[in-house]
Amino acid sequence: MDLETLLSYEWSIMAPEFIILGVATALSLLDLFMPKSQSRKILGWLGFAGILAALVSLLGLVGHGTESILLDTFRLDSFAKAFKLLLLLGAAMVMLIAISYEPNDGLEEFRGEFFYLFMAGLLGAMIMSSSGDLITLFVGLELLSISSYILAGMRKRNIQSNESAMKYVINGSIATAITLFGMSYVYGLTGTTNLKAMAGFLTSVFDEQHIYLLGLAFFMIVVGLSFKLATAPFHMWAPDVYQGAPTPVTAFLSVVSKTAGFVLLVRILFSIFANTPSGDAQGLPMILSLQDYIAFLAGATMIIGNLIALRQRNIKRLFAYSSIAQAGYLLVVIATMSLFMFDTLWFYLGAYLFMNLGAFAIIQYVTHKSGSEDISEFAGLYRRAPFLAIAMAIFLLSLAGIPGTAGFIGKLNIFMGALVPQEGHYVLVSIMIATTVVSYFYYFGVMVQMFFRPAADTQKVKLPAALTAVISISIVATILFGVAPNMAFDFLQGNFNQFTDFFQ
Amino acid sequence: MNFAYFLSILVFSPLLGILVLSFLPKTQESLIKMVGFLATLPALLLSLIAYFQYRAGANLEGLNEKVSWIQFGNSEQLGNLFSIDYELGLDGFSLIMIVLTAVLSTLAAIASIHIKKEWKGYFMLFLLLEVGMLGVFAAENLILFFIFFEITLIPTFFLIGKWGYFEKENAAYSFLIYNGLGSAVLLIVIMVLFARTGTANIDALMAVMNADNPQLVAQISEDMKMGMLIALLIAFGVKLPIFPLHSWMVRVHVQAPPSIVMLHAGVLLKIGAYGLIRFGMGIFPEQFQSLAVLLAVLGVVNLLYGAFLAFIQTDFKMVLAYSSISHMGIVLIGLGALNEAGIQGAIFQVVSHGLIAALLFFLVGVFYERVQTSNIQNLGGLAKGMPITAGFLLAGAMASLGLPGMSGFVSEFMAFLGLFKEMPVLAAVGAIGIIMTAVYLLRAVLGITYGKAHRDFAGITDMRKFEFVPVLVLVGLIVLIGVYPSVLSEPLTSTLETIMLGIGG
Repeated sequence: MDLETLLSYEWSIMAPEFIILGVATALSLLDLFMPKSQSRKILGWLGFAGILAALVSLLGLVGHGTESILLDTFRLDSFAKAFKLLLLLGAAMVMLIAISYEPNDGLEEFRGEFFYLFMAGLLGAMIMSSSGDLITLFVGLELLSISSYILAGMRKRNIQSNESAMKYVINGSIATAITLFGMSYVYGLTGTTNLKAMAGFLTSVFDEQHIYLLGLAFFMIVVGLSFKLATAPFHMWAPDVYQGAPTPVTAFLSVVSKTAGFVLLVRILFSIFANTPSGDAQGLPMILSLQDYIAFLAGATMIIGNLIALRQRNIKRLFAYSSIAQAGYLLVVIATMSLFMFDTLWFYLGAYLFMNLGAFAIIQYVTHKSGSEDISEFAGLYRRAPFLAIAMAIFLLSLAGIPGTAGFIGKLNIFMGALVPQEGHYVLVSIMIATTVVSYFYYFGVMVQMFFRPAADTQKVKLPAALTAVISISIVATILFGVAPNMAFDFLQGNFNQFTDFFQ
Repeated sequence: MNFAYFLSILVFSPLLGILVLSFLPKTQESLIKMVGFLATLPALLLSLIAYFQYRAGANLEGLNEKVSWIQFGNSEQLGNLFSIDYELGLDGFSLIMIVLTAVLSTLAAIASIHIKKEWKGYFMLFLLLEVGMLGVFAAENLILFFIFFEITLIPTFFLIGKWGYFEKENAAYSFLIYNGLGSAVLLIVIMVLFARTGTANIDALMAVMNADNPQLVAQISEDMKMGMLIALLIAFGVKLPIFPLHSWMVRVHVQAPPSIVMLHAGVLLKIGAYGLIRFGMGIFPEQFQSLAVLLAVLGVVNLLYGAFLAFIQTDFKMVLAYSSISHMGIVLIGLGALNEAGIQGAIFQVVSHGLIAALLFFLVGVFYERVQTSNIQNLGGLAKGMPITAGFLLAGAMASLGLPGMSGFVSEFMAFLGLFKEMPVLAAVGAIGIIMTAVYLLRAVLGITYGKAHRDFAGITDMRKFEFVPVLVLVGLIVLIGVYPSVLSEPLTSTLETIMLGIGG
């Protein structure tokens, strides 16, 4: 590749990535040269500003047509734009939570890393959503994973944090290896790593042996990716890691990292397998014939997440299982592959972003104040801090899918997508609704603590400004998208045109 | 009554009270109670205006409201499919239910005077509950109906769990789980209908489901229709409740504060009946006919089961709880008869039981406040200490057991008239229940009012001034319906005609 071709690429479509990369680099250098005694909080604010700048530049690209540069390895299509929007929004809010995190257990000395590792992870996630090639996809995945491994172990002198990082690394590497192994089959059959070229090649595969191998690849990729999504069968790491990691990191893992996982899953599955014949008599594409397996994973995830959550006393573990369950609901979207799949996925991930990050902001505040993570720390919160209690109640109601909140509209969307096809996914929908009712138990359990139980101490609460901002934005968004969801749907329809350019 | 957003204002008017309450200091007890009471008045006033205008011949369609709300998918491709409008409307039946809700809400707000703590939170939830209940009856599409239905769930959970008696949290949880499962089943039905027809509007669904060659997004087989009706029966059966889905309701009746039980027994249970009539009969008339016998049998079982269990209870609240189950059996009997008299009887029973249950539970609140017990044995001789309360209690019991001249008689008479026409043997068995009702109610009420006094009633005052308001209003309405049933039957005429047309009767 000579300089001329290199310059001829339209680099401006990578502007958000460049901004994040630049800010992350600048932050790491600043951290190096800053005097040791100085607070690193300023780095967090710089990082936040960087993310906002990237967000603005991404919004500037929304009207931009579909474009792909660097030999089709970097794609800017509606899918990439829409999901990068979520990733950046999520990361911005995580950054605000991280700024208000009062360090302990040895994090004081490493505060700078704390901020720019979030940026590095975010960059990985963004590259994943834009990549048109298995190599860039994998590089993005690794960038995200490695940053997360370090972040999880940030509390150096905390034994739980160490345990969590260790479990995360081991489980994560196994899962990544499985994914990679699956990808290698596809590469072996097609001889290319480019998703578009692969899809083109695979439309003409009719050899049964090859189709069998592709099925195997499909399984390995899905199973491996279930690690990032924290869905069955690779969900076991989530509770331990969520509990041990610092709360902002937990928030990052549960929202940004999970969103990235879904982005990756959709990119791979629907680019590679959508046009591959399954070899059965009706000539269905492979992805439709494998639908049931994803549905099975979705069902198992919902059941496991919601049932085990019932027994949790630690609020972060509770939210780990809750987020496993939520990932199960999202898998239902992918398993049903309806007309509304992209819209539904985007909307639910967006709703989930706000309700979960809002809840984590409150969890961070409450648990840090008392030093314990038991649910009973929420006792009497309504007396101590009515605003926090009502905010938490709104997020919990949204997670439980009660009308009036964004979570309900998201679930409505999922149900509709699942029931529209001729062969409706009744079993899956029934499991989802039944487990949702089960989830009332633990979500309302937290509310019972907040509203019914007497407070242990009556100390008044003073909330840091950054947390107040996160909580307020989340409340507004959760209620607004619950009452007037058309704002989001119109935005989707108006700007992304049903993601038709995904397959082009 | 043709001013814009009449119904929206009616439904959401209690929110104004919530807004005002949020600015009041927590400690201003009497002010908070006053605001809470006043906030229920606009809805009452507007619903009465609508009722009297309708009686005077005005057209209810003028009240319909429609604003486009949610569009799933691309509107250019899909047109009107998969869009949900915010649409409110009324017919005679829902108008009556709204009036009932508004009246009982105002009276329950008066009864809330007995609430002892955290009045501010209580009244905010109370008013939210009222919004939910009014909305349920005004909703013109299934999704909106479901949203309001769920909105009633959350405040009720907190109202029971925080302001109830000793085992309040258990009661609140069992309320949540039973009703949560019920609404989950309901949601499945609603979503299947919506996904497969592309509309959630009730009238549109009634037309589509009963057309010969309907335009559907995806096919709906006959078996699926039957399945959906059975699911509806379960969903609303939890609410009503139908035996064996009733255990939560007994707990709630006993543990919740009396003012909330007034609303719960008076309105919330009735949503079950309303749903069965509106959606079950309206959308699946053919399938409903084939389930008619089952419904009638369930009704008789409810009637007898409730009556026998009410007979052996020692706690008056338990007697009333089982009596509610028993009386809901009469609703089912009326629906199972599936003729005009039966359905009319069922609707009458819905209203009449709403009023009677509210009256009885209000009286329970009145004497519980003074003697701290609702155990029949400990209450003996109440007439000596509280003659007026005891007198009204007897009146309530008379209405409940169907004394001619009171509303209970009209509804039971019509429901059984309907059933005797269709299934005389079953009706004869059911009639035993009527006798049982008289037996258990008289046993309980006479045990309370007369008999040897187990305690010293000195220093216990009888009903105070404000307590007369709900009692007199309720007794007045019960007698009014009893002697002049046209106040209910006339507004219902057109609704009944539509229903009868649907089931081809």
